[in-house]
Amino acid sequence: MNKMTLAQLRAHIAALENPERKLAVLPFGVTEIDAVLPWGGLPMGGLHEIDMPPDDAGDGPALGFVAVLLGRLAVQQRRPVLWVSGRDDLYAPGLAGFGLAAEQLLMVRPGRGSEILAAMEEGTRCCGLAAVAGEVWTLDGIAVRRLQLAARESGSTVLVMTRGDGHGTALTRWRVGPAPSAPPIPEAVGEWRWWLTLTHCRGRGTNDDGVVARWLVEWNDETHRLRLAAVSGDRSAVPEDRRRAAG
Amino acid sequence: MLTVNRAAYLGGLRPGGTVADAQALIPDLQLARADPEADLALLEYLADSCLCYTPWSAVDDWTEGKQGGGLWLDITGCAHLQDGEDSLLRDLVSRCGRHGLVARAAVADTPGAAWAWTRFGDSGSPCLPVGADRRILAALPLAALRLLPSTVEGLNRLGLKSIGDLEALPRAGLAARFGPAVAVRLDQMRGRQDEPISPQRPPERHQTHLRFAEPIARSEDIAAAVHQMLASLCQELGRQRLGVRRLQLVAFRLDATRQRLGIGTSQPNRDPRHLFRLLVESLAALDAGFGIDMLRLSATNVAPLQTEQAAFAAVSQGGEGEQNGQSLGHLCDSLGNRLGFDRIYRFALRQSHLPERLVRRLPPFPASSAPGGESAPEGRRPLRLFIRPEAVEAVAPLPDAPPLLFRWRRRIHRVAHAEGPERLSAEWWREGGLDRDYYCVEDVAGCRFWLYREGAYGGETIPRWFLHGIFP
Repeated sequence: MNKMTLAQLRAHIAALENPERKLAVLPFGVTEIDAVLPWGGLPMGGLHEIDMPPDDAGDGPALGFVAVLLGRLAVQQRRPVLWVSGRDDLYAPGLAGFGLAAEQLLMVRPGRGSEILAAMEEGTRCCGLAAVAGEVWTLDGIAVRRLQLAARESGSTVLVMTRGDGHGTALTRWRVGPAPSAPPIPEAVGEWRWWLTLTHCRGRGTNDDGVVARWLVEWNDETHRLRLAAVSGDRSAVPEDRRRAAG
Repeated sequence: MLTVNRAAYLGGLRPGGTVADAQALIPDLQLARADPEADLALLEYLADSCLCYTPWSAVDDWTEGKQGGGLWLDITGCAHLQDGEDSLLRDLVSRCGRHGLVARAAVADTPGAAWAWTRFGDSGSPCLPVGADRRILAALPLAALRLLPSTVEGLNRLGLKSIGDLEALPRAGLAARFGPAVAVRLDQMRGRQDEPISPQRPPERHQTHLRFAEPIARSEDIAAAVHQMLASLCQELGRQRLGVRRLQLVAFRLDATRQRLGIGTSQPNRDPRHLFRLLVESLAALDAGFGIDMLRLSATNVAPLQTEQAAFAAVSQGGEGEQNGQSLGHLCDSLGNRLGFDRIYRFALRQSHLPERLVRRLPPFPASSAPGGESAPEGRRPLRLFIRPEAVEAVAPLPDAPPLLFRWRRRIHRVAHAEGPERLSAEWWREGGLDRDYYCVEDVAGCRFWLYREGAYGGETIPRWFLHGIFP
């Protein structure tokens, strides 16, 4: 009896805390990842943060991950996506390789950094867009909350690439790092591989490493899908800390 | 002294006198240095504001006569809009009075006659009576002919005092002695020679005015006025199946200055609500000063917009969401007006081998019609392509081999895997440029870069390595 009430209470609180449970979902198509996310995929109509390294030299994996998500959202909803950035060097043919076609991408390049968040918010409120992505240096709590509210109202997905600290307001927070590829022949570079780390996810606690989960994923150029890569016997593919732990 | 005001005139001063004499007559006389540029600017303001009477208004720039500046208004076919010529003139003079100016105005059949009647006519009947004009003009002094003062003086010395005296003389002798100007001015006054009035800038075809009985300054009033003007402008555009691309709002302020606000749209539009939303953002920048006398809204750039298209565009972009959000076109307009329209773009591919020339930018509208006009290149392409390739120091074991290690931004990257080369040649029909061999390299940490070697070994120059982009 006591247990039942507790379970009911938990469910009730979860429903109060997580109105996003009812949100539409974009499944990754990777069973292991979808199983960890309480929504069964990436929820649309919310804000997601993507960690960027402090130096733009390592931006590639994070940009690729965002391009994958935007491309799938644009195809699914048959609407363009908006990319707000203060930089000028995004390369359309590279994005097209991740399924984000140039016709589906609308770029906005504000001259001042403070205008990026405003443009993103306006884009989020626009009903003609599938998703809004933006590159910002730092986020303040108010801006995040405003974006989150706008996203919930309009149902469009907001992806914020930030080099600053995270906020609890976002539904999920990801870190995408480079991983050595496993080419079939030595004179080549294999399929793109990333270490995909879920560092924060509403409704899920973190493990001892301070992350929710971590996967080695690979982009398949033929199927245009992400898939889990097997960590091979090649010890160079194992990150530094694990190698040390293994001795 | 160039000119004197009414009080000084009554005190006995005349234009052309010396300052010393004037100060002897009136010791506490106020003097101001002549500023012809400011005078001209004021005249231009007035000419602009007179566009509400007629599209043809211009500044009278004939200043050799020392008769002061003036304005030309060609009111052919326009007077009835103001309840006739008398009423138009009264309105015009009272407008000038608002700015603290004393003005004289007259209507006549030709510009020359109007000029003469304004300055030398009877201010009690500003409209030169039709039919009797020949006799009346003949009685005016020669200065009314817009002749140089020296010419007038010369004619006066011959005993010619009025225009009638001059007309009685044979033309040939006059031209021989005083030049062709005299005959030309006579013909212009009598309408035998055409004298067109050309405005400084051609008037916009689609514009609307709103004049206020009392100057307005409150932002609510201005917004209401703009709303009203937009409604009538959009109605007119709808009749002609046009849409606005650029809109200009000019506020004529009481201190004889103008303030202009402009907005643009990414595609033709004639929805007053949408245009109003765009304008309201910039209305905050409008400084009413002492009050706004008149507002003018003109569509400075229009494009065809069919009714069906307007409805279709709303459906295809706004979709179901007119209530819960703005459409894509509205978003582009609003961002474009705030950030600049060149900061919103789409990418499009074009035919080129060079990575940096492959992509061009297009405005968001019209959305691309046929996707896949140009296909993406075969090889792998980076996600960021640096606008300026960054020079790196690289060590390659063989002339045509990928580097073993390279230093970029003061960090050494050891290459674990490399792919290439992909040779992209410079376009021979363009200036300069060497062949580039591109390599996709992956360092031991798994970071991937797009490097290229410019030039070949054994050539005239030593090849150099650059980092052009970063891969995912």
